[in-house]
Amino acid sequence: MDAKTMTAIKDEIRDWEQNEVAQFLKKQAERKEAFYTLGDFPVKRVYTAADLEHTPPEDIGLPGRYPFTRGPYPTMYRSRNWTMRQIAGFGTGEDTNKRFKYLIAQGQTGISTDFDMPTLMGYDSDHPMSDGEVGREGVAIDTLADMEALFDGIDLEKISVSMTINPTAWILLAMYIALAEKRGYDLNKLSGTVQADILKEYMAQKEYIFPVEPSVRIVRDCITYSARHMKRYNPINISGYHISEAGSSPLQEVAFTLANLIVYVEEVLKTGMKVDDFAPRLAFFFVCQADFFEEIAKFRAARRCYAKIMKERFGATNPESMRLRFHCQTAAASLTKPQYMVNVIRTTLQALAASLGGCQSLHTNGYDEAFAIPTEDAMRMALRTQQVIAEESNVTQVVDPLGGSYYVEALTTEYERKIFEIIEDVDKRGGALKLIQEGWFQRQIADFAYETALRKQSGEKPVIGVNRFVDGAPDPEIHTHPYDVTTATRQIERTRRVRAERDPVKFSQLLDKLVEVAKDPNENIMPISIELVKAGATMGDFVETLRAIWGTYRETPVY
Amino acid sequence: MTQPIRVLLAKVGLDGHDRGVRVVARALRDAGMDVIYSGLHRTPEEVVDAAVQEDVDILGVSLLSGVQMTVFPKIFKLLDQKGVDDLIVVAGGVMPDEDVVELKKMGVREVLLQDVPPKTIVETLTRLVDERGAR
Repeated sequence: MDAKTMTAIKDEIRDWEQNEVAQFLKKQAERKEAFYTLGDFPVKRVYTAADLEHTPPEDIGLPGRYPFTRGPYPTMYRSRNWTMRQIAGFGTGEDTNKRFKYLIAQGQTGISTDFDMPTLMGYDSDHPMSDGEVGREGVAIDTLADMEALFDGIDLEKISVSMTINPTAWILLAMYIALAEKRGYDLNKLSGTVQADILKEYMAQKEYIFPVEPSVRIVRDCITYSARHMKRYNPINISGYHISEAGSSPLQEVAFTLANLIVYVEEVLKTGMKVDDFAPRLAFFFVCQADFFEEIAKFRAARRCYAKIMKERFGATNPESMRLRFHCQTAAASLTKPQYMVNVIRTTLQALAASLGGCQSLHTNGYDEAFAIPTEDAMRMALRTQQVIAEESNVTQVVDPLGGSYYVEALTTEYERKIFEIIEDVDKRGGALKLIQEGWFQRQIADFAYETALRKQSGEKPVIGVNRFVDGAPDPEIHTHPYDVTTATRQIERTRRVRAERDPVKFSQLLDKLVEVAKDPNENIMPISIELVKAGATMGDFVETLRAIWGTYRETPVY
Repeated sequence: MTQPIRVLLAKVGLDGHDRGVRVVARALRDAGMDVIYSGLHRTPEEVVDAAVQEDVDILGVSLLSGVQMTVFPKIFKLLDQKGVDDLIVVAGGVMPDEDVVELKKMGVREVLLQDVPPKTIVETLTRLVDERGAR
C-alpha cells in the first residue's frame, strides 16, 4: 500500500473516532475500558488496512508456499480433511484395542494412544509404584506382547498411529518397530508419530526419568534412526499443548515450543546429519484454547516463525523442512464439572478454531473429562463434533478463509514479533537447555497459571457455570468411565509370563550391550532396544538398567 | 499472636500434574500460611513422615491421576499406625463424585476440585483449623 492511501485510511479512522464513535459512546459506553485477548494482547475496536502496515504481503503469502502462514499444503482440506484422531487408552492392550476398533467403526481416521502412568514413567505393572495405576489413565504396556494385543487386527500400513509417551518413548517406538517387522511390514510405509518431546516434560508436564542430557540424547537417537529407516514416520511431536495446560499463555506456548525445537535441531545437527534429511518429519502439537481469533492467529504465526527459523537459522533448503505440521487438541483445562454438557459447546468452538487455523489432525475432548477419562459416549460426541465441522459447515472448502482479515493478520504478525522476542531472549540467556534446568520457563508458566486462577476468582475471566450463570440445580447424572479392578491382575500375569519364557542368557547379553551403548553417546540406542524388546525385555528392565547409569532427575519446584 | 497455619502439600504417585498444587501453594503462602510442597512422585510413607516431622496442621494431597481410592486408604492407615489423630487431611484435583463421598467417609475433611477459587481454599483451610482448635 502506498503512503498516500495509508494516510487517507488513518485520516478516515481519526474522523470516524471523533464523530460516529464519540457520539455513540456518549449514549452508550463500552463494556470495558480496554479489551484483551486471553493471552493478554490488547485489541482495538476495529481493524483496518492500516493495521497491515507491518505485514508485508509475502509474509501472508499462499498456502503450501514459504513462509506457510496460510497452511502447510496448497489445497488443505479440499484434498483431505484433517485426521480425526481421538486419543484412547485404558486397561490392557485388549481393552484399548476394542476402543480403537469402535472409534474406527465410528469414522475416526487415525489412532492415538494414551498410556497409563507406569508405562509413561517406566515402571512395570508389578512394581510397587504402579499400585492402583495399572491401566487406569491409559493402556498398560510392559512388553512387546502387550503391544501385539493393542494393535491386533489393525493394519498399521493403512492407518497412522500416534503414541503419547515421552521419557520411555524410545522403548515404545522399539516395540512398534519390532511389531511391524514381525508382521512383515515395510518400515518406510508406517506413518505415525511418537511424542518423545522430553524438554516440555521438564518445563510443564513433568513426566521425566533421567537427567536432561541423556534424555535429549535419546530423542536425538529417535530422530536420526527414524530419518534413516522410517521415511513417513514423525519421530517427535514437539508440543506446546502441555505447556499451555500447565498454565502458560498462548504466546508462551508457541515461543517455548520453538525454543525446544531449536535444541533438538542443534542436537541432531551435531551428529553430522543435514537439516533437510530430518526436518521434514518434525511434527508439532498445540492446544486450541478458548479465544477464537487469537488461537487462529497463534497457529498461523507458529507456521511463519517455524519457516523462518528453519530457513534463516538452520539453512534448510527443502521447503518440506520449513512447513510446520501440527496435531491439535482442544483445551482440557477449559472443561468444567458444573453444567458439564456445556463442554460440548466449548469444544466445538475450539475445534472450529483449530480447523480455521489449519491443523493436520485433531482430538476433541469428551464432555466428561472433568470427572475421569472419557466414556465411549463422550468420545462419540467429540468425534461427531469434528465430523459436523468437516462435513456440514463447509468451512473446509476454502483454504485459510480468515487470511486477509485485518484483525487476524495483524494479530498473527504481533504474535510473530513477540515469539521472536522471546526466542532472542532465550538465546541471550544461554539457550533452552540451560534455562530449563534453572526453572526459567517453569516460573513464567506458574506466574501465568496463578494469574489465570485469580482472574477466574474475580470473574475477569468468565467461565460459564463456574463464575457466571451458576445454576444451583443438579446436573443430569453422569456415568463416568469405570475402572476394571481386574486390570492389574490380567496385565501382571502376561508380564510375568513373558519374563519366564524369555531366554535368560540372550537377554542378559543384550542388556549388557544396552549398557555399553548407553555409556557411549555417539551410539544410537534404537537398534539394541529393538533387539531387546524382541527378546522379551520389559519397560522396567530398560529403565532400571539405565537409571543405574544415568541417575534420576529431580526438579526444584517453583511456585 | 497466633502461629501461622502450617500446611504440607503433596503429590503422591506417578502423577505429574502440578499446576493446581502450585497455584494452591502460592495462594496459601500469600495468605500468610507456612507452606511446604513435597514436589512430585512421593510415596504415602514419605508424605506421612514429612507431615509428622514438620508438625503441620494440614496435609493436602493433590491427585489428577485417578488413584485417590488407592492413595488415601494408605495414608490413613499410616497415620493410624503412628497414632496421629489431629492432622487435617484434604484432597485436591480431578475426581468423580462417588469417590468424593467415599473419601469423606474415610476421613478426608474436604475435597477441593478444579476451579475452586484460591480464596475459597484459604477460607476452607482456615475454618478447618479453627474448628479443630488450638493444640
